[in-house]
Amino acid sequence: MGNPVLVAGVGVISAIGKNTAESLDALESGRAGMGEMHWLNSVHKSKLPVAEVNLNNEDLASLGGLPSSVSRTALLSIIAAKEALADAAIDNLEHLRVGFISANTVGGMDKTENFFSEFISNPQKGKLRDVIHHECGSITELVADHLGIRHYISTISTACSSSANSIFFAARLIKNNILDVAVAGGTDALTKFTLNGFNTLMILDPEFCKPFDENRRGLNLGEGAGYVVLVSDRLISSLKKQPYCSLSGYCNANDAYHQTASSPEGTGSFLAMKGALKQSGLNPSDISYINLHGTGTQNNDISEGTAIKLLFDGHYPKMSSTKSFTGHTLGASGGVEAVFSVLAIRHGFVYPNLRLTTPMKELPFVPEIKFLKNEKIDHVLSNSFGFGGNCSSLIFSKLK
Amino acid sequence: MQVFIKSASSISPQKTFGQSSFLTEPVEYAGKKLTCIEPDYSGIIDSKLIRRMSRIIKMGVAAAAASLKEAKITMPDAIITATAYGCLEDTEIFLKKMIQNKEEMLSPTAFIQSTHNTVGAQIALMLKCHNYNNTFVNRGFSFESAILDAILMLQENENNHVLAGAADEIIDTSHSILSRFGLYKNEPVSNFDLLQSGTKGTMNGEGATFFVLTNQASKENQAALDAISTFYKPQSITETEKNILSFLKEQSTDINEIDIIITGKNGDSRGDEIYQRLSHSVFKTKKQVHYKYLCGEYPTSTAFALWVAIKILKHQSIPSILGMNSDSGKPIKRILIYNHHQNLHHSLFLLSAC
Repeated sequence: MGNPVLVAGVGVISAIGKNTAESLDALESGRAGMGEMHWLNSVHKSKLPVAEVNLNNEDLASLGGLPSSVSRTALLSIIAAKEALADAAIDNLEHLRVGFISANTVGGMDKTENFFSEFISNPQKGKLRDVIHHECGSITELVADHLGIRHYISTISTACSSSANSIFFAARLIKNNILDVAVAGGTDALTKFTLNGFNTLMILDPEFCKPFDENRRGLNLGEGAGYVVLVSDRLISSLKKQPYCSLSGYCNANDAYHQTASSPEGTGSFLAMKGALKQSGLNPSDISYINLHGTGTQNNDISEGTAIKLLFDGHYPKMSSTKSFTGHTLGASGGVEAVFSVLAIRHGFVYPNLRLTTPMKELPFVPEIKFLKNEKIDHVLSNSFGFGGNCSSLIFSKLK
Repeated sequence: MQVFIKSASSISPQKTFGQSSFLTEPVEYAGKKLTCIEPDYSGIIDSKLIRRMSRIIKMGVAAAAASLKEAKITMPDAIITATAYGCLEDTEIFLKKMIQNKEEMLSPTAFIQSTHNTVGAQIALMLKCHNYNNTFVNRGFSFESAILDAILMLQENENNHVLAGAADEIIDTSHSILSRFGLYKNEPVSNFDLLQSGTKGTMNGEGATFFVLTNQASKENQAALDAISTFYKPQSITETEKNILSFLKEQSTDINEIDIIITGKNGDSRGDEIYQRLSHSVFKTKKQVHYKYLCGEYPTSTAFALWVAIKILKHQSIPSILGMNSDSGKPIKRILIYNHHQNLHHSLFLLSAC
């Protein structure tokens, strides 16, 4: 297995809070982040609920320190990344090999949309500053530059599994002695492009989503950012505080079934979970909690549920989809849910799966619907599955 | 760790795809961009799928398929794709419709195919490949990240074959927007004269290039990739020089052992100054060839540079279009590729003959 990669810091922003403390408070009190659109200016405003971060771009800018004119995706990213770095409180960062491995799905699309509406009427029109950060990597670099991270920078985009893969890649860079420290995760702001894209697929719930419910109708889109600070165990003696846990397993597999739909048997999800277990040297019965991908679509939940049934039959861990709080934050979801998984281990929490009233007929297990405290949470499995069949699972483990 | 290149396949603005000859008939372009010479896809991709695929998907999938075929690999252990801009054509179609139709009456097809992982996903789908699949999208580091990931995969697992590559496309809109940033030449120029122009701006380019990498030594391998390194926003030319020298030192070699340096010179006087300076310092007295007048400038162009390096090592000859005569029978053992993308993303690849 090699030496473990440790989680030294976490940072998160989503519709349920602008930091980990606010997020935990919302998770404990069952306060979901969905509501009517405030900041996104879409014709679907009154029809489609979304889980927006409850701050406008100016407020996000003053919180994170980037100019309010840049993409909201970068504004969200810097806030969570800064929280994670501050939380990790690593001394002498400037003497270490530090990387920033981020993820997002549509880069600076929120600004490109503004640019494009003028550009299509006249190709000489549209403000170039609105399109200069269109590329996914440009969002990462805005944040890396602000954080002063220069040693290694990368961006992954594998749809909804993007930031699980960035955490995975960062861990391998540390294990292979290329980096000492990595800030890894992802970010995505709501855009009209993605909202309309998902809407054409008819997988958006006009009500608040109900993951793993028999009567689920689809997902709610959300926005946010989530990052973990991963450190090499070579650094453990120099850390000022006890790391949260280790990232003990990870696996990436492809469903190879359809560009957007998951296979009914959940081949990709099954292989990702199984591979992560194998890598961590754990058995299914060792897992204390699964943070489900659980989007709330018909297709995802039966596919993921079927894969879990196959792998965990006989010893189902507690599980829940925190997308019932945050909505589906797409390229950020793996990062946001990694943070929740890490905090579940630290505090002994199991988060509730909100609005689940009728369990799915096909599945022999039911996700947890209450917030549980003082649980013995040793190993958490976090699932992220996406378009293009990209499936990734991460396992976080309590330090012995 | 040293890995080997089993195959390399490129769809580029030159006659590179499915050719046994190596850049013997260079193609001239006049204007601001070089676009790919696309093959007949019917023998490569299922005809039902071709109709739905945008250009970047077709080019990416075809280059990947050809690379697997050449390596005689039916199921790679990983598929790793790089793209800086992603699927621009489908992104534009959906964005334009969304704005024109005021978010009503949209069809999902373009959206579905607009995600950055579409090329990698379509390759997996075509092969029914359930293995590791990742897509890197960090501008001038996209391809470098993909190759590093491939090397790590080969280091972590035994007997692996990794399919890795890059794809980026030009669409009219992206060309028009990038032109407004002043990236391309104002005056008409032939790509053959691009590097001598001495003015600002370069020519736009595109391409899809895939490789099969392996950790198994074999006589059939085309080249060895000894190492790769990237550095971001160096603060001075001195830092760049230092990084190049220490990269070579880490590989227990030095500049004297390099037979050819392939640089990313692109004819833009602003960025070429760096290559100029290096010619008088660390690259002094070394043979240098340049590749961007053959493929144009784009963030994942180093995939084309890697293709060129592999072919030079395999054929043990340098095509005359690269402006350098092959030395009389002296073997070409080591090649260094150095590129910078807008002086932000700098990358180094070190290769050896097998």
